[in-house]
Amino acid sequence: MSTIARTWALVVKDARSELRTRYAMNALVMFVITSVATILFAMREDQASPELLAGMYWVVVFFSSMSGLSRIFVSEEEKGTALALQLIASPKVVYVGKLLFNCGLTLLLTLAVTVLYLIVFPGFVVASFDIFAVTWLLGSLGLASAATIIAAIIARANTRGTLYPVLSFPVLIPLLMTVMRSTIRALAGESFENAFGEFQVLFSYLLVMTGGSYLLFEHVWKD
Amino acid sequence: MNGIRLQVTDLRRDFNRRPVFQGISFALDAPGSLAVTGLNGAGKSTLIKVLAGAIGPTTGTVAYQRAGVPIEIDALRHELGFVSPYLNLYDEFSAEENLRLLSRIRSGNEPASVTIERRMKQVNLWNRRHDDVGTFSSGMKQRLKYAFALLHEPTVLMLDEPTSNLDAEGIAVVEAIVAEQKERGILIVATNDESEAAWCTARVHLSGSGGNKR
Amino acid sequence: MRIVKVLSIILITFVLIAGIAIPLAPAPQGLFEFPIIPGLEDKARNIFYHVPIAWTTVLAFLVSMWYGYRYLRTRSIDDDLKSVSSAGLGFMLCILATVTGSLWAKFNWGSFWNWDPRETSIFVLLLIYGAYFALRSALASDEARARLSAVYAIIAGLTVPFFIFVLPRMVAGLHPGAKGDVDGSGPVLEFKMAPNMRVVFFSSLIGFTLFYIWLLTLRIRAARLEHHVADQHS
Repeated sequence: MSTIARTWALVVKDARSELRTRYAMNALVMFVITSVATILFAMREDQASPELLAGMYWVVVFFSSMSGLSRIFVSEEEKGTALALQLIASPKVVYVGKLLFNCGLTLLLTLAVTVLYLIVFPGFVVASFDIFAVTWLLGSLGLASAATIIAAIIARANTRGTLYPVLSFPVLIPLLMTVMRSTIRALAGESFENAFGEFQVLFSYLLVMTGGSYLLFEHVWKD
Repeated sequence: MNGIRLQVTDLRRDFNRRPVFQGISFALDAPGSLAVTGLNGAGKSTLIKVLAGAIGPTTGTVAYQRAGVPIEIDALRHELGFVSPYLNLYDEFSAEENLRLLSRIRSGNEPASVTIERRMKQVNLWNRRHDDVGTFSSGMKQRLKYAFALLHEPTVLMLDEPTSNLDAEGIAVVEAIVAEQKERGILIVATNDESEAAWCTARVHLSGSGGNKR
Repeated sequence: MRIVKVLSIILITFVLIAGIAIPLAPAPQGLFEFPIIPGLEDKARNIFYHVPIAWTTVLAFLVSMWYGYRYLRTRSIDDDLKSVSSAGLGFMLCILATVTGSLWAKFNWGSFWNWDPRETSIFVLLLIYGAYFALRSALASDEARARLSAVYAIIAGLTVPFFIFVLPRMVAGLHPGAKGDVDGSGPVLEFKMAPNMRVVFFSSLIGFTLFYIWLLTLRIRAARLEHHVADQHS
C-alpha cells in the first residue's frame, strides 16, 4: 500500500509542478495547433481521404508528444532536482510515477487532437466508435510507455531536443503502423472484430515496452 | 535508533575509465563522524554520493547494518539525510510544499505539522514558508535543504560543503545540527575547510587518484 | 582465430566465383549448372550475397544487444567495447544489405523501394543503428555512454519480434514467405533452390558469419589498443 501511496505522491508532485509551470502543456498545445494549421494550409480546398487523415492524425500526435513528453525527466535534470528524487524514492517508484504522469498527459493530448480533427476536417468521421476508443487508449498508453523510457535516456545526454525524436521513432514504428491501420478501420466503420489483430499487437507492444522499461529503468536512472 | 554501522570495502568509482578514487575501506559506527577531505576534483562529492547510494560504485561495497542485520537500500532512504550545493529542491513550490511533497514521495504520508514547524523554525524559514523556493536567496535555499534533510530524523546525515552560501547565523545553525547528529547517529562531512573537518573524529583524505584513511 | 580468417576467405572466394560463374541452364545437368527460375533468371544470383549479409546484420545487432546486457551486469567497459564494435559492423552490413536488396528490388519489382515488410524492417534497423550512434556521441562520460546505449539497444531490440513475426502477417509483402504467399503462388515469386545452389548459399551464410566474427575480433582488438593508448597519453 505504501508503495502505491508513494508512487501516487510523485504523480501529484509532477501534476502540480506541471500546472504551475506549464512546461510540457504549453509546448504540446502549441505544437498541436501549429501542425494542424500547417496541414490545413497544405491542403487548402482539398478534402483528404480518411486513410490520409488517419495517418496525419498520428503524425501530429507523434511530433507533438516529442515536444512535450521528455519534460518529465529533462526538467528534473535541468533543475538539479534529480538527486533529491534519487535519495528519497526507489527507481521503481520513480519509473511508475513518471509513466503514469506521461500516460495522463498523452491521453489528454490525443483527446485534444481528436476534438480538433473532428472540428477542422469534415472527412474525419469516427464511424466505429468502439474501434477508435480502444485504439485511442492502447495507442496513447503504448506511446507514453516508449516515450517515457526514451525520455529518461536522453535526459542524461547533451543534445536532448534533437535526439528525442531520433531515438523514439524507430522504437515507435510498430506502434505507429498499427494505430494508423486500426484508425483507418475506425473511420471506415468496420465492425469491432476486424480490429482484433491490431488490438493484440498494441496490447503486446504496451506490455513488452512497459515490462522492459520497468526492468531496465534502474540502469538509466542510477549512475 | 542507534547501533547503525557503515562498512565500506575497497570502494572504487571510475569516470572515463580512470578511477576518481580507489581502495577506500573504512567502518563507522554510530555515534560517530567522518570527514572526507581533499582538493577540488579529488572526488569528495562522488564518494559521498556513492555512500548515500545515489550512484553506484564501480567496484567494492557500501553496506549499512544494524546489529549485524543489513539495511536494504529502500529502507536506507528513511534513515538518510543529505545536504549539498548541487542538490536542488523545487523552485515552483513553496518551502513548506517542498517538504510535504518530498516526504510523501519518501514515505507515503506527510510528517506531523509540528515536525515541519520545528524544523523550519530551526533554520529560520518559518515566516517564509509560503514563499516559492524560486524567490529564495542561495543561503535560504541551503537552509531549506537542512530542513528537508532532517525532517525524518535521519540516523545518517551527509553534508557536502555544509556551510556554502551561509551567513554567520546560518553557520551557527549548522554547527548545532552537527553537534546533535554526532550524538545521535552517523555524520559524514565532505569539505576542504579544515575547521569543518575538525567537527569529525575520523577522516578519509582523497589525494586525486587514490584514497587513504588517516 | 586463424581458422576463422582462412575459412571465411576460402568460403567467400568460393561463393564469389561459383555464384557468378556457374551458368544457368533450362534443364540443369550435374553440379555446374543452375536452373533458370522464371522471373528471376540471373538476378537469382543475388540471393548468395543479399540474404547472408542481411542475416549477418541481424546477428551483429543481437550480439551488440547481448554485450550491452552483459555490460549492465558486469559494468566492465570491455563489454561495451564489444557491443559498440559489433554495432559498427552491423551498421556497415545493414547499409550493404539495404543497397543489395534495393538494387534487386529495382530490377525485380520495378522500384528501389516498395515498403514491403522486410524493407520496412531493414529501414528501421538502419534507423536504430543511426540513433544508437547519435546517442553515443551525445553522452559525455564513457560510463554513461556504455550504460545508456546498452539500455537503448535492448529497448530497440524489444521491437524486433514485431518486425519479424507480426508485421509480415499484417501487411502484404513481396519477399518469399510474406502474407499472400500461402502456397508459393500469388505476387510473390517462388524461390526453390537446386541442391548445388543450396551448397553455394549455405557456404555464403557460413562464410559471411565467419567474416563477421573475424572483423569483430579485429575491431575489438583495435578498440582495446586505442583505449590503451588514450589512457597512456592522458
